[in-house]
Amino acid sequence: MNTDAGAGFLAPLMSGAGMTAQIFAYSAVLTIVIAFLAGFGRMSKYAPIRIATAVYVEFFRGTSLMIQLFWLFFALPLLGLELTPLAAGLVALAFNYGAYGSEIVRSSIQAVPKGQVEAAIALNMTPFQRMKKIVLPQAVAMMLPAFGNLLIELLKGTSLVSLITLADLTFKGMLLRTFDISSTPQILGLVLIMYFVMAAVLTLGVRLLEKLVTAGRA
Amino acid sequence: MNMPLATKEEATPAAGRLTPVVRYQNISKSFGDLQILDGINLDIAPGEKVAVIGPSGSGKTTLARLLMTLEEPTSGTIEVDGELLWHKRVKGKLVRANEKHLHRIRGNIGMVFQHFNLFPHLTILRNCTEAPIHVLGMPKEEARERAVEMLRKVGLEDKKEAYPSQLSGGQKQRVAIARALVMRPKVMLFDEPTSALDPELVGEVLAVIKEIAREGDMAMLLITHEMEFASEVADRVVFTDGGKIVEQGPPDQIFGDPQSPRLQSFLTRFRTKR
Amino acid sequence: MWNWEFAMSVLPKLLSVIHITIITTILAFFLALILGLLLALGRRTRLKPLAWAVALATEFIRSTPLLIQLYFLYFALPVYGIHFSALTIGVLGLGIHYSTYLSEVYRSGIEAVSKGQWEAATALNFSRWKTWTKIILPQAIRPITPVLGNYLIVMFKETPLLSTITVVEMMATAKMIGAASFRYVEAFTIVGLLFLLLSYPSALLVRRLEARISLK
Repeated sequence: MNTDAGAGFLAPLMSGAGMTAQIFAYSAVLTIVIAFLAGFGRMSKYAPIRIATAVYVEFFRGTSLMIQLFWLFFALPLLGLELTPLAAGLVALAFNYGAYGSEIVRSSIQAVPKGQVEAAIALNMTPFQRMKKIVLPQAVAMMLPAFGNLLIELLKGTSLVSLITLADLTFKGMLLRTFDISSTPQILGLVLIMYFVMAAVLTLGVRLLEKLVTAGRA
Repeated sequence: MNMPLATKEEATPAAGRLTPVVRYQNISKSFGDLQILDGINLDIAPGEKVAVIGPSGSGKTTLARLLMTLEEPTSGTIEVDGELLWHKRVKGKLVRANEKHLHRIRGNIGMVFQHFNLFPHLTILRNCTEAPIHVLGMPKEEARERAVEMLRKVGLEDKKEAYPSQLSGGQKQRVAIARALVMRPKVMLFDEPTSALDPELVGEVLAVIKEIAREGDMAMLLITHEMEFASEVADRVVFTDGGKIVEQGPPDQIFGDPQSPRLQSFLTRFRTKR
Repeated sequence: MWNWEFAMSVLPKLLSVIHITIITTILAFFLALILGLLLALGRRTRLKPLAWAVALATEFIRSTPLLIQLYFLYFALPVYGIHFSALTIGVLGLGIHYSTYLSEVYRSGIEAVSKGQWEAATALNFSRWKTWTKIILPQAIRPITPVLGNYLIVMFKETPLLSTITVVEMMATAKMIGAASFRYVEAFTIVGLLFLLLSYPSALLVRRLEARISLK
């Protein structure tokens, strides 16, 4: 690769990567919030809540991110609700990956041995205390690896927002190549490497977090 | 074929009479810092039945696993029917043999495992025909006939369409014996064939092995905890401890008149446990 | 607002390309099945440099977006004089991307086969090839079939991405309908429902398969 040209591409791509990082950060927070809400919703003692969250989860897992994104961006305005591209992108990403995340939350909580809850009951803890002090700390440790994978998927998923005019890394890369078609392999190669680096950083971060959370446990 | 079996009066029956079918020469094996075998020398004559006894951790299972090429010796050589197993001689020097060589020599050896290791995805019959067909290149019909014959010998012909999960432990081990027999090895290794069985199932497996031993021409290396069985079946009993052969001889001598203090204390401990 | 008449008028157009979506999925899935197995075996090879190269490539492809991989194949290969049809690129891109996921699935299946099976195969003198094909893989693949089934569904749901490289499947057709009429609601909604209609029952089927296999 021509290094001069490579350096010339790097600046615009870095600004795109910044946008990607921002969108990723916002949508990651939203994803985790939704994952917990829906995860608990599916275990609710109220049937309507259980059913509603189940419908949400199956619906978003049964269709695909791109369709959801396009629906929110192109179709929803015609029904009278206009979202900015950023809002549409964040909502689609968070609701899509949140649906997958809710299954992680649910299965991890259900994987905490029953004896733990029984011990907490025996100590006369309130249901809230049981969840907060006993079940969740153990469940979160189990969730982390799966959430790490989900966040990698989310990071990759953010590339789709380029299709609804957001100037992320993918968008910048595709824009750049229109000025210099012959450098397409270099530009797109660089884009891929930048995603790879971001994913690697994310993976390392999650591993570190796992170590912190499980520190001192057998 | 009836090999002139080593006479039972001799302490080391294989000495010099015939090419031994197996010859361990100065074999040592270590796993990291842990030395399992320490300079083992052992010959097995064609058709000879050798039982290996000894405390757990004495390296007796490793003896069989080295011969089956499941573990590689750290030093020393093993010969099978006069040919080196793990090595080849190149310009007078020993070099590690390749897989092709191992494959050829291994054809002389069969093994019955402690945990049976039947193939769970194949019927009993196919457990016994898969290797003759794909390893020996035997026609399917012939492989089938031979497998059925061997299954009849172990008393399980009627189970040939069942799957391993449908059998008891004793039945599984009998199938494993049939599976190994179909390959007609010159030496058969039995690695604690009854250790994983419930006590009430041990008898049927031992009976089958005794029957095969009586038929004669296949050499056997029996790693076992069953002393009575060893004394009934074996031409020679080898006692290992601490990675070395401490004492060996005919069963009468080993069990009736043990010489070394270690064998004496092993047998005492063993008898009081019963 | 939602217009039933318009919805009914675009439905046949969308249904007329559903086979493109399905065929693409199936071809890409078979590619992923084969390539994934090769990657899983490649990571186990005794040639350490090759094993590392396979591991790095797998990791790289899996942690970067499929969308850009599709762009790369579609826009970058022609710079080197390599031309494929959009559909071929779509199958290649989708298949290669998911082969890296399937290689992990195969790996877990292979590692679950007990050591005793390898040893029995050695004791019966099976060659390396026969050990794999007759003993190890049949046992490794059976328990992972539901997971493979799940990935078939996942890949099916990824096919709308191929519309970005001009493969005329359902999503691309919906976009064209929308652009021509400025009515996006009906077409996009129908496409979404069609995906749901195909993927949800398939998912239920896979769950049943999973339950049946775990019973054995």
